[in-house]
Amino acid sequence: MSALPTAEDLKAQIEAGVPGAAVSVIPNGSPSAQHSLLLDHAHALAVALFLRDHPDLRLDFCSLVTGVDWLDTETTEKVKVKKMVAGPDGVETEQEVEETRKTKIPGYLEAVYHLFSMEKKHGPPAMPVVLRLRTANRTETHVPSLTPVWRSCEFQEREAFDLYGIVFDGHPDLRRILMWDGFQDFPMRKDYVPPADDILMEARP
Amino acid sequence: MADDLKDLKLELSKNGIFTTTLEELYNWGRKNSVWPLTFGLACCAIEMIATTMARYDLARFGAEVFRPSPRQADLIIVSGTVTKKMAPQVVRLYNQMPEPKYVIAMGACAISGGPFRDGYNVLKGIDRYIPVDVHIPGCPPRPEALIHAFMTLQKKIEEQALRGESRPRHLNADLPSEFPVPAFGAHGLEPAQNDEVFLNETGNPLRILQ
Repeated sequence: MSALPTAEDLKAQIEAGVPGAAVSVIPNGSPSAQHSLLLDHAHALAVALFLRDHPDLRLDFCSLVTGVDWLDTETTEKVKVKKMVAGPDGVETEQEVEETRKTKIPGYLEAVYHLFSMEKKHGPPAMPVVLRLRTANRTETHVPSLTPVWRSCEFQEREAFDLYGIVFDGHPDLRRILMWDGFQDFPMRKDYVPPADDILMEARP
Repeated sequence: MADDLKDLKLELSKNGIFTTTLEELYNWGRKNSVWPLTFGLACCAIEMIATTMARYDLARFGAEVFRPSPRQADLIIVSGTVTKKMAPQVVRLYNQMPEPKYVIAMGACAISGGPFRDGYNVLKGIDRYIPVDVHIPGCPPRPEALIHAFMTLQKKIEEQALRGESRPRHLNADLPSEFPVPAFGAHGLEPAQNDEVFLNETGNPLRILQ
């Protein structure tokens, strides 16, 4: 049993082992401190193979795949800007003016993978290696599938496809798994509106 | 039965003579051999199974023979959450049962969707598609509640008049014994309810809240 390397060390190991891979660490501020690794689409499969086959890591078990829906967000911040402002006497002077700036952060869908090693049994504490894949936005929802690396992802990626609409490129059998084939919505997305089928009792005369 | 006939019957029985009517005999036989379908959907099914076991012993009411085929069953106990994906199969099973047939909707989920009511995948009550004879509230209902529902159903069978306007469905060729199976639509089940079945207490179809 050995301790798992920290997220920063993993990032360094991956970038050394997989040339060209762009990995960034997403910090987790909660007490669990399960920092995760955001992978780029082009090298995701190579990174996954590296993590599975590296003799010290041997992350041979993907215990779960989750979908996350991040909506478009808008942040407003007040910024002090120096501007030429015409005073009451008509003379322009430089003054500090407060401006509100709005920045739109486009939303995206995310697939989260939790990896463990059955062979190495890292820990204690047994912590997963958390991988993240993000789609470009909420309409272009393609990410590479990791099912070719971990067979246990197959049904869970299908579930994420079914409920979130994340399209896993390279998945051997990407169909809906819980809802029926003709269903068109993605019910776990935050902007999903279920069909109106609540009843209203007619008032008694 | 008319009151004077009842009085006569009582009078005769005091003198050691047993009389009955064909209607009573027929209904007495029916109510004491209601065979349920071996059919469970969720946790309520566990309570239904407990009801049939020795402690609660549904066999006392003549309903111990759970039939594995709808063709041999008289009663379907909808015990548990009916998901939208399962609902067509429930209706189809009901359609495959021969008349006379009865439905008990057991538990909060089967009568209204229960705690999963707001879920995208849960039917808000099986009474949208098939006519339910007895509803049992509870999550899950205790075996006593199922026995009470069963006794209520027996009473209902016992009181069915075999002739006249209010005769049961299986004796009235004009009434349907099969109901449309809902289809999987793009956003949910289509139609969302069967207006012939899903009625309020005055007999009007319930409206969908838009």
